Amino acid sequence: MSILDSLALLGASTRRVLAGWGYGARLLGRLLALSLPALRRFGLVRDQVHFLGNYSLAIITVSGLFVGFVLGLQGYYTLQRYGSAEALGLLVALSLVRELGPVVAALLYAGRAGASLTAEIGLMRAGEQLAALEMMAVDPLRRILAPRFVGGIIALPLLTAVFSAVGILGGYAVGVLLIGVDAGAFWSQMQSGVDVLKDVGNGMVKSVVFAVAVTFVALLQGYVAEPTPEGVANATTRSVVVSSLSVLGLDFILTAMMFSI
Amino acid sequence: MGRSKNDVWVGLFVLLGAMAVLFLALKSANLLQWSWQHDYLISARFDNIGGLKSGAAVKSAGVVVGRVKAIEFDDESYQAKVTLALETRYRFPKDSSLSILTSGLLGEQYIGIVPGADEKNLLAGDRIGSTQSAVVLENLISQFLYNKAAEPTPGGKP
Repeated sequence: MSILDSLALLGASTRRVLAGWGYGARLLGRLLALSLPALRRFGLVRDQVHFLGNYSLAIITVSGLFVGFVLGLQGYYTLQRYGSAEALGLLVALSLVRELGPVVAALLYAGRAGASLTAEIGLMRAGEQLAALEMMAVDPLRRILAPRFVGGIIALPLLTAVFSAVGILGGYAVGVLLIGVDAGAFWSQMQSGVDVLKDVGNGMVKSVVFAVAVTFVALLQGYVAEPTPEGVANATTRSVVVSSLSVLGLDFILTAMMFSI
Repeated sequence: MGRSKNDVWVGLFVLLGAMAVLFLALKSANLLQWSWQHDYLISARFDNIGGLKSGAAVKSAGVVVGRVKAIEFDDESYQAKVTLALETRYRFPKDSSLSILTSGLLGEQYIGIVPGADEKNLLAGDRIGSTQSAVVLENLISQFLYNKAAEPTPGGKP
């Protein structure tokens, strides 16, 4: 192989990567532009909120409860060493509201709902249902993708709030009811340390960003999946991996921007 | 358009999410402590504010009567200029004094107001003259060690 050939190979792969990014960016732009019109046909969005949100509620609630239990237990063992066990409420609430709530809820959502979105869209592609819609002059972006996108953006922040709230109750159950930290100190330390806008508000902003990222990655991977059984399987795997990694990466960037002071 | 069965479940889900947000805002954060009343601003100069942060409580007799609004450095007097927002319903005499205190051994710092005896009350924009700086633990320890070294040793020198 000559030098020219390897140079051409490098150029071709660079162009392929750039084309992929460009396609993704254009799809995201079109989905964002279509998301307000999608609300006009609210029945479609409502069904997606039901599919993405209600069905994820069980796993989110149970995980939140156990994360809260563990935080209460571990936090107590560390804090009581320094004689400040009454700060347990603050520790549990801050770590849930700022970090664990948005991130863990988004990871669970990527596994529970994102994977099924990718598989659904990928199978529609493989079964040529998307092509059939186009034949009938129905835009699959408008009819299929946009309602799912909006539904995900509505569902994940609500799931995140449920996760954090249930987690705090779990921390309360272990810390106050089981171990015996003073209940008044638990709540008052929490209220004096957690700010509505800075902590709860920023956590919600994070979960909206994660909702856009996870839902978009899931839809994109399904939309560009190869129309074969292996293609759909690969797309589903890639959807979970890419969306989980992007949640973690985005979380670092958002945390650095929000809580750097 | 008929009502679908999903409507009820989605409604329940949204209601649950809204309740969770409300719980986070009211029970675990400080929305209830936000004063919806108007504040009046008082300024004061401190030699050293220690670890005081903006947003810290201003207490009198242990009751929160306001918040620290802003902390700046005044490069003319080389002191810290602290702006306090006190709630309008609380009035203090003009000669009240401020001190920076710590709640507990490792707790956060707050400003305590000790009311004076003046007939006139503080008005918006007034400046409180008598302030007491924060106790900096390092200074206290070094002072203690310095005094200890200056003392004659108990055994006595030959």
